[in-house]
Amino acid sequence: MAEKLIFYILAVITLWASVMVITRKNPVHSVLFLVLAFVTSAGLWVLLEAEFLGIVLILVYVGAVMVLFLFVVMMLDIDLATIRAGFVQNLPLAGLIAAIMAVEILLIVGPGNFGLDAFPKPEPLGAEVSNTRELGLLLYSVYIYPVEIAAVILLLAIVAAIRLTLRRRPDTKFIDPAQQVRVRKGPDRVRLVKMAAEDVAPVVDKGDAQ
Amino acid sequence: MIELWNALPVLIQILLKITAIILPLLGLVAYYTYAERKVIGYMQVRIGPNRVGWRGLLQPIADAVKLLMKEIVIPTKADKTLFLLAPMIAIAPALAVWAVFPFDEGLVLADINAGLLYVLALSSLGVYGIIIAGWASNSKYALLGAMRSAAQMVAYEIAMGFALVGVLVAAGSLNLGDIVAAQEGNLLTWFWLPLLPLFGVYLISGVAETNRAPFDVAEGESEIVAGFHVEYSGMAFAVFFLAEYANMVLISALTALLFLGGWLSPLPAAWTEGSWLLSDGFHWLLAKTFFFMFLFLWLRATFPRYRYDQIMRLGWKVFIPITIVWILVVALAVVYRLPPWWSA
Amino acid sequence: MSFDAANLLPILPEIAILITASLVLILDLYLKDQDKGLNHSITLIGLVIAIGLTGAVGGGDAQVFFDGNLIRDPMSDLLKGAILIVSVLTFIYARPWLQDRGMLVGEFYVLGLLAVLGMLIMVSANGFLTLYLGLELQALALYALVAFDRDSSTGAEAAMKYFVLGALGSGLLLYGVSMIYGATGSIEFAPVAAAVAEQGISNKVLVFGIAFLVIGIGFKFGAVPFHMWVPDVYEGGPTPAVLILSSAPKIAAFALAVRMLVDGLHTLHPDWQGMLVILAVLSMGLGNLVAIAQSNIKRMLAYSTISHVGFIFLGLLAGSEQGFAAAMFYTIVYAVMSVGAFGILLILSRQGFDAERLEDLKGLNDRDAWYAAMMALIMFSMAGVPPTVGFMAKLLVLEAVVRIDMLWLALVAVFFSIIGAFYYLRVIKFIYFDKPADDAPALLTSSGVRFAMSLNGLALLALGLFPAALLSVCQAAF
Repeated sequence: MAEKLIFYILAVITLWASVMVITRKNPVHSVLFLVLAFVTSAGLWVLLEAEFLGIVLILVYVGAVMVLFLFVVMMLDIDLATIRAGFVQNLPLAGLIAAIMAVEILLIVGPGNFGLDAFPKPEPLGAEVSNTRELGLLLYSVYIYPVEIAAVILLLAIVAAIRLTLRRRPDTKFIDPAQQVRVRKGPDRVRLVKMAAEDVAPVVDKGDAQ
Repeated sequence: MIELWNALPVLIQILLKITAIILPLLGLVAYYTYAERKVIGYMQVRIGPNRVGWRGLLQPIADAVKLLMKEIVIPTKADKTLFLLAPMIAIAPALAVWAVFPFDEGLVLADINAGLLYVLALSSLGVYGIIIAGWASNSKYALLGAMRSAAQMVAYEIAMGFALVGVLVAAGSLNLGDIVAAQEGNLLTWFWLPLLPLFGVYLISGVAETNRAPFDVAEGESEIVAGFHVEYSGMAFAVFFLAEYANMVLISALTALLFLGGWLSPLPAAWTEGSWLLSDGFHWLLAKTFFFMFLFLWLRATFPRYRYDQIMRLGWKVFIPITIVWILVVALAVVYRLPPWWSA
Repeated sequence: MSFDAANLLPILPEIAILITASLVLILDLYLKDQDKGLNHSITLIGLVIAIGLTGAVGGGDAQVFFDGNLIRDPMSDLLKGAILIVSVLTFIYARPWLQDRGMLVGEFYVLGLLAVLGMLIMVSANGFLTLYLGLELQALALYALVAFDRDSSTGAEAAMKYFVLGALGSGLLLYGVSMIYGATGSIEFAPVAAAVAEQGISNKVLVFGIAFLVIGIGFKFGAVPFHMWVPDVYEGGPTPAVLILSSAPKIAAFALAVRMLVDGLHTLHPDWQGMLVILAVLSMGLGNLVAIAQSNIKRMLAYSTISHVGFIFLGLLAGSEQGFAAAMFYTIVYAVMSVGAFGILLILSRQGFDAERLEDLKGLNDRDAWYAAMMALIMFSMAGVPPTVGFMAKLLVLEAVVRIDMLWLALVAVFFSIIGAFYYLRVIKFIYFDKPADDAPALLTSSGVRFAMSLNGLALLALGLFPAALLSVCQAAF
């Protein structure tokens, strides 16, 4: 009973937060609502006794990915008026397509095909089964090949990100503090240049100027 | 007494347990601020607070009363909801982590399998309080502080996470109680020795995660005034303060638990029979925690602030490679049952 | 559960590619700027080793490895070989362009090799999971390659379009996979096929899932109406990236379609046949008609790709073994033609100049008769003029369609390829009957490039005259 209550509370918050993500005008608020949706989804995982997935969702998405996302969104100067300019004109067509999709999905993913008859509730495994361990065993035996491929994808992502962003731009006046600090006191800071004396500028008598 | 306890509804029992953890913790945090001022005072050949109460012992209480009385100023054009929400978001994870923290054998509020992950996940949430505070303040210094803090914490979380992976490989469990049990023996069987590089990385990352000196660029009084909490006053400021110190206590206690055997006594069991002081117990955990808490203050009094690019370099180019290499070493040691730690 | 090292045997080519990529990645750190050519040599050596390994571990009946995640069968052997050989050509053609622009860096080779790795994984996947991961690996590498020229704003724009639409396509594909998993309870092709045979067409969820799979395949192939990214990416991306993008990935996309629709869902052939018919007719029609109006040759080749994809779909939708073999033959031949066409564009480019307009081909015969002949061969083959292999490929596909009593479809295809012949022959007109621009310098190419291009062009002729060898291998795969 309590489980059901918690489920509905979390589900309602998740849905509400998801709606807020796409309706808020302030992008920072949208991101924060997305964070909320992740947190409550993690709660739903935990209710399913998949505590590992729930915690990892928080750790990876909320703790790292969304922080960086927030970091970027806060830096952006988004003019929402221009983004929303075509909103009203496009609304009828977009709404129609969305409605068709929604009806289709409701018909297909509804209880007729994915109800409790087709997918009965699994038996709880009890507290002594650590699903971290079970997942680990599966991942590193049956699914070792996909796991290795995923590792290569991550390597690729690192290489691609570095290639696309790391650039030396000679035109910026970027200061490398490490180089600054390393400057030695003697010859690096001050350079004495010997110069031949130039012609002395003609002296103007102040008295004449008045 | 026990019958009375059992007669209580479960919810009330849990609430009482939570109170039993939180109240002493808050007291500890309050007097940690006092200790900080005293310790650093002596290190700098000053006396520190000595006016309120005997030797200044009532100073934290006086501070709390003062902050309670002050007005909470909300800057114009600040995002009011988020501005007020930020301190709560900062302190909630710092307190919630203690739910899985074992204080002695079996003495834990929620004994969950994935305890270590839970700790890591919740401590990664602390950064939100800082970022939201910085953004919602509508102040450039606050935003700068928030940005610095976000980048820094994400960087050091990775090193910290990898250090914890080493611990879980060594212990073979994510449960904090089991991790302590895996260190059973004496001073030399604790994980600090086989995991020495990870121990160092974890401790230093912990300092960076809590935004403490010498990694306190997020506050950086001399550069960006006070960073993310520059616009906060009164109790809202006090809550940030509490969160920071609660996190320091947490990191200290976790370090004691994960690397220094928690409540285990440093002496072999044969020597300590009959003496509660020398045998395993909560007092050992407390002593170890206090040691690391002292270390935090010592660091602050000793080191100048890191430069920002140095912080990033240390995190990404030094700590993360070290941890990855050492995880490999530990994994090999575990697989090949390197004595004396994994001989069984 | 202990690991059986025999599992590693069939992925030896993949391992070789991964090791080569890692080697290039590390070595590149220590190479001086003038020594960067070493990356190129290592890459080619790695690819050749991989080709050798593919031959060594290939052959024999289909076998499943890694607990059902990987399959090695005649089709995977053939497609792996084709992908690797085409990739060797792409890297050879790309080098002078990169060198002229100071972009001969390790990352290009790492990204290219990882894209190849992704394709190899795709062709030997035996489950939706492996297939999807291979697809993502390939696609991510290609996105980065399109954006490879950091100072080019058109490149960045093309990469952005490619990325957004590619991610959309992947998302739709995944959605379809999740439906199929929901209906069959497995993500491995053999159990999926078994479950589908049991349930038949009655299951609406399956049909719903297939629709999304076909949309995803359409996106990856660039078939109309999911073709929007193709012309922009071809035009905006740096030519070496487009060279890679337009050739071997088509083979991998073919594997994607066959693995999912044939290995997994062959029983539901009537359901996906109709969808493919629409995609095929639209692609052939729009591709050929719009290509006529193009003045940018990269854009023209993009629309030509779209029309060829229509032909590949013709073979697939036939649903017969003969049709699949014809489609496979067509795909491989198309990859060879495409790599040659973009190779010529790279040969025509020089420092500070990219051959992009049709006019840039003017008087190629006067500048270098041999390359002009090769380009003419490629264009004839694309148009489907005998005796080049393009004719053979079109003929086989049409035969497959006629055999399933869809004569009207064959007539439509013939009609559009006649229209298409116009713009291919226009290129030939530019090459042979126009005078070169006054400022056009002589073409300077290394002997390696000349050798590769000769091989490439003559292969089209040789395969057209003696198609039996490749065709029999294709037929053996089904």
